[in-house]
Amino acid sequence: MTQSAEQTAETAPHPPFPKRRTCPFSPPPEYAELRRDEPVSRAVLKVNGKPTWLVTTHEHVKKVLSDSRVSSNLKLPGYPHQFHIPEEMLQQVRLMLLSMDPPDHTAQRRMLIPEFTARRVREMRPRVQEIVDERIDAMLAAGGPVDLVTALALPVPSLVICELLGVPYEDHPQFEEWSANMMNHDLSPEEYGASVAALDAYLDKLVTTKENQPGDDLISRFIEKNREERIADHVDVVTMARLMLVGGHETTANMISLGVLALLEHPEQLEAVRNDPSLLPGAIEELLRTFSISDSGTARVALEDIDLDGTVIRAGEGILALNNAANHDETVFPDPDTFDIHRTEARSHLAFGYGIHQCIGANLARVELEVVYGTLLRRIPGLKLATGLDQLRFKDDAMVYGVYELPVTW
Amino acid sequence: MRLSIDPDKCVGAGQCAMFAPDVFDQGEDGIVELLQEEPPESAHEEVREAADMCPAQVIRLIAHAERP
Repeated sequence: MTQSAEQTAETAPHPPFPKRRTCPFSPPPEYAELRRDEPVSRAVLKVNGKPTWLVTTHEHVKKVLSDSRVSSNLKLPGYPHQFHIPEEMLQQVRLMLLSMDPPDHTAQRRMLIPEFTARRVREMRPRVQEIVDERIDAMLAAGGPVDLVTALALPVPSLVICELLGVPYEDHPQFEEWSANMMNHDLSPEEYGASVAALDAYLDKLVTTKENQPGDDLISRFIEKNREERIADHVDVVTMARLMLVGGHETTANMISLGVLALLEHPEQLEAVRNDPSLLPGAIEELLRTFSISDSGTARVALEDIDLDGTVIRAGEGILALNNAANHDETVFPDPDTFDIHRTEARSHLAFGYGIHQCIGANLARVELEVVYGTLLRRIPGLKLATGLDQLRFKDDAMVYGVYELPVTW
Repeated sequence: MRLSIDPDKCVGAGQCAMFAPDVFDQGEDGIVELLQEEPPESAHEEVREAADMCPAQVIRLIAHAERP
């Protein structure tokens, strides 16, 4: 059934996906052409040669992501995978929150949302501040140049999510490596599978410990609540923990590095934020919009025929609702490739997704970014790049965009 | 401006409570709660923004003209 559905009307060759950025601060240039010429278009996934739909306008991305006629189930035949996953491996995959549809999704998400309310994340702020201060103390003690990724960007969200989940931070070299592998498009299916298996084996042990000896942490509270609600088995808890651990540090870490880089490259705006910290929340929304680091993280499959302004996506076909394309839609964000912290409409970005799967940790990420950028600008006023912009290696091939190293000094 | 919400559809993203904390809150279960059904004019802009940002489209704005 997959073969016939995928070959339907696939006569003309379609352009490949993903597309490459040519400027580190802007989306691939093809996105602007697509929005203008063919906002709902066909493409072929480079990883496996299968077709998908690309949706590139702000309005259409919102429509697709809030449409109950689309599924996130990655086991459905038309699902636009961006990793090469052999069919037998795929069928063994346990669906995680992001790949569940209602009602399973609703039940599991409702168990988690009390952990991430606006009030709860505000309460985490003082601890986030302590963590950031400790890391900056260490940077200042070591003296520049340092790699900001390993000195600050990765450890801060990693420590925060470890404390929230109840994962021992001393194990971070292992799980950070497995997690980074899971974001890498270039890994072989065997390497990808091995990283997932290693992380799951690690979390399996941890979850078992918490089942017997609950602590004061998210995983333990989830286990306790589940004893009454019985919506998840042991493997579901391990899968949930993996999503929280990977989703909680990899994305924020990349945003921290990219945000610092963008501010350093726009010194007048950096000065403005330093002189008036009330500009920081707006600057963060603009940074989230500008980079849209999980551009293609919103893969869906149509469950019914869906008409988007005259283009019909057929039931069973895959869709990528590209948030980086939506966030540079000139009808919503005038002059979209200009980085402007004073942009009033920046909050309308879809960098955290949209619809029922919108990032559950968005507000926690905002608190982390605010504390990191604010403290860094205040405590290291002379911060500057220790290398040329052209020397930096960007994660063009990864599921989550970022920079591999960011050498800075002061 | 009058507001209504549909808590059954809420996915607890908490953007409304983050950006318009005088008008929206989240209960212990993380689900949206309305603090002011008729927010003052000074809050209208942030309420409109919260309604627009809500990923589950839970917040409904009702113009005064629609009132019975």
